[in-house]
Amino acid sequence: MSNHEKEPIFSARNLKLLTGPIGMNNPITVQVLGICSALAVTVKLKPAIVMALSVTIVIAVSNVIIAAMRKYIPDRIRIIVQLVVIATMVILVDQFLKAYAFDVSKQLSVFVGLIITNCIIMGRLEAFAMANKPWPSFIDGIGNGAGYGLILIIVAFFREFLGSGTIFGYPVLEKFGLYSIGYENNGMMILPPMALIVVGLIIWFQRSKNKSLIENK
Amino acid sequence: MENLLNIFIKSIFVDNMVFAFFLGMCSYLAVSKTVKTSIGLGVAVIFVLLITVPVNFMIEKYVLRKGALIWLGDGFGDVDLSFLTFMVFIAVIAAIVQLVEMIIEKFSSSLYNSLGIFLPLIAVNCAILGASLFMQEREYGNVVEATVFGLGSGVGWLLAIVGIAAIREKLKYSNVPDPLKGLGITFIITGLMAIGFMGFMGIKL
Repeated sequence: MSNHEKEPIFSARNLKLLTGPIGMNNPITVQVLGICSALAVTVKLKPAIVMALSVTIVIAVSNVIIAAMRKYIPDRIRIIVQLVVIATMVILVDQFLKAYAFDVSKQLSVFVGLIITNCIIMGRLEAFAMANKPWPSFIDGIGNGAGYGLILIIVAFFREFLGSGTIFGYPVLEKFGLYSIGYENNGMMILPPMALIVVGLIIWFQRSKNKSLIENK
Repeated sequence: MENLLNIFIKSIFVDNMVFAFFLGMCSYLAVSKTVKTSIGLGVAVIFVLLITVPVNFMIEKYVLRKGALIWLGDGFGDVDLSFLTFMVFIAVIAAIVQLVEMIIEKFSSSLYNSLGIFLPLIAVNCAILGASLFMQEREYGNVVEATVFGLGSGVGWLLAIVGIAAIREKLKYSNVPDPLKGLGITFIITGLMAIGFMGFMGIKL
């Protein structure tokens, strides 16, 4: 007599949760969340990728934990419970990074701790995990982490390539011999302001392709 | 005294929370549509920073750091609780923001209404946690230096958000291309403001 079947694990709806945030519902360019860290750690590709992976893990696991507990959390202390779960995950990730990737951890410095206040995580917990089952919440977490990571990688790629002439530390432009004909690295790219401008350009590009995202003011 | 002034000026202009470190961007982008609400939020942020940075400094110095618990007794000399830093800092911040919210609701309900959801969101504003974490990283000598740093960071954030709000208000009369309207142009303008603030680098009093 039950009229709700168990949703298949890889249903169309779950697939949409995974692909939506990569494009049309991107956490950084559309939902306007998680901006702070996206700009600060994108000077080189390596810290950017480590940050993207860390954030993805924290979102996905926090989403699952909160979704599993969602029926038992009293409304008044909801935010505190979420913060405790997120902070615990971030402490774990931070200790892991300090142990196995110490140089990247030093480069990321305070921004690993700041994952706690990364609006994407709180935003997805509130908007999704509090009202959905653990498996879709996990997929939603991975999707948003992937969307966030995509923007991070694009910005870091341009900043590292144009700012230091390297990709992942490998001196590409030097191998091509561009320095000998007078090409100079664009020093501005390494500095913070250019990250803002690059993200602005990405938003411009995305909204010209998808007219529905344009704000009408 | 000179050192304090140096820290203060440096944290407003050279190490500006928004333009140098991108902290607090989410509420910065969302609340900067009018100058009035921006001033309100900026003042609330200054107030929260003024309380949380010194409190976190004291907790870090006397409880969390390696060997900090020595005042409890000699046996506690090598206890290192620094892995609890994130948890403790964010708990302190959440508690103080709750307090500030209650105070604002009591004393100025118009400000409370205009800030809406963004007041409790100050708790997860990266600028607040960021200021505490920077304070820990830079290892200021005493509580006064830490407080001055907190105050300066708040003032710098206020300056940034009021600046961008004023520009956005004027932008309504400009011809921004459609895909850039709203979020896109704000990013680019913030980038230009950040370049401007770079002119303050290297200032020493």
